[in-house]
Amino acid sequence: MMETKKISKVDLIFEDIDPREILTRVKGMSATEIIEEVLESGLKGRGGAGFPTGMKWKFCSEEKEKDKYIVCNADEGEPGTFKDREILDRVAQKVYAGMTIAGKAVGAQTGIVYLRGEYKFLLPQLRAELEKFHKMIHELGFDFRIDFRIGSGAYICGEESALFESIEGRRGEPRNKPPYPTSSGLFGKPTSINNVETLVNSVIILKYGSEFYKKMGTQFSTGAKVFSVSGDTPKPGIYELELGMSLLEFVNEFGDGDTKAVQVGGAAGFCVPRKLFASTVIGFEGVPTGGSMKLFNSSRSMYNVLHNYLDFFNEESCGQCTPCRVGCQQLLKGVESVKRGESKSTYIDELVKLAATMKVASKCGLGQSVGNAFNSIVENFREEIIY
Amino acid sequence: MYQTDNLIKDLVKEYGSRRDSLMPILQGIVEKHNYLTDDAMVEVAKELDISAAEVYGTASFYSFLDTEPRGKFVIRVCKTITCSMKGKHEVLETLEDMLKIKVGETTSNGIFTLLETNCMGWCHKAPAMLINDTPYTELTREKINEIIKEYMHK
Repeated sequence: MMETKKISKVDLIFEDIDPREILTRVKGMSATEIIEEVLESGLKGRGGAGFPTGMKWKFCSEEKEKDKYIVCNADEGEPGTFKDREILDRVAQKVYAGMTIAGKAVGAQTGIVYLRGEYKFLLPQLRAELEKFHKMIHELGFDFRIDFRIGSGAYICGEESALFESIEGRRGEPRNKPPYPTSSGLFGKPTSINNVETLVNSVIILKYGSEFYKKMGTQFSTGAKVFSVSGDTPKPGIYELELGMSLLEFVNEFGDGDTKAVQVGGAAGFCVPRKLFASTVIGFEGVPTGGSMKLFNSSRSMYNVLHNYLDFFNEESCGQCTPCRVGCQQLLKGVESVKRGESKSTYIDELVKLAATMKVASKCGLGQSVGNAFNSIVENFREEIIY
Repeated sequence: MYQTDNLIKDLVKEYGSRRDSLMPILQGIVEKHNYLTDDAMVEVAKELDISAAEVYGTASFYSFLDTEPRGKFVIRVCKTITCSMKGKHEVLETLEDMLKIKVGETTSNGIFTLLETNCMGWCHKAPAMLINDTPYTELTREKINEIIKEYMHK
């Protein structure tokens, strides 16, 4: 069994700090020094995929192109996450500061925040904050400008290359990779695309140093993470916790005493049943999460949960590649027909194979991760799915 | 039918006529007129010098860029799991009762359209809905009553 940490609350993301002080220091640092500090911290992307941020910046900085972009991915669409909205609402200046630091690290003068359409109500206040921020970095001598682009209600646009397509005025259909965004991203230029929370983490690392940062979390999951807690819990909301705790610790803190399963990482994540709470680590060495933690108690039908997720994917699949487009439809129809008794219960096993095919054959993370929720719910709650 | 010619020209002036101006322009039209007519999309295509199929192809991809007539106030009720667990059904029932329409329909006076949408990031305050750009959370029958009455008088 992996080593786990006790649950430990921290207050860094929402800490009220003046970004001017950090940016003044960053101004005097070289790009290499910034990247080294972030690499040393072990920071991994907080959107869910967990790519090392320092590496992303390093690759992007090594590109020779003159025009480069920093894109802040604020298309927070994973069911059960709402932490990026809270971060933008409360500490937008820190997000902009993170983008400016990234810009200095990779050599980009332009930053774009891609904000999901559902969060458009935040725009007036975000623009007002940005105006103040632009004034400050201008005084500090940074050559960096940030602008907004708004989404229009498409989950898939949270996928980085689909997000670029959307900014470029096209259908949000993911691109083939490689090339990766760090060499050919927005408008074909080298682009570092980072999640809202990741950018704020870079500010924390530059303020307190990578040594401090590494003391939090575990060897493979350094630092803390903002968790979005919802479902059957007496205290739904936003919590910043160190990574590496066991799911049991988490449920003891947030459960209602009757938790039967937790969906970690949203619809694209994994469903963990009660019997595995103690052996499940929340972090990149265990079950990773972009922050979505949904608790279900014994009054909930896991068939309804699965059906809801499949309906979600069926609508949000962009339809570009066949494994995902047809796979999502067939998984949904499949569980419905088993439930109605029109197909034998063993048909579930065929569906599990289909989900496995989708994992290897789909073009992007959406189709590749439908099987996560599907398999983990079907494996652990087979009776509920059939009867 | 609505007059979009001046609006589209103004939006082109503001956002430019490059391909990447397309989303802000379409969003600007929807903000003002709630949906995109065929004529509006053809007009945008002309301004950006791209085919109308490209404009329609892009617009129809996005659930907030409606290409069918919509009311002045578009209500989108979240149907994803937490909202569904916390009373989405009652929210829809209340709205259907008040507005005398079903999901997907628009009131005959063209004021309200009732739709469902996927997770909009308010799971900790479920159930939730959007009316145009404004989110409403922790909905109850009483709350919905008050909100809709307010919009009826707008």
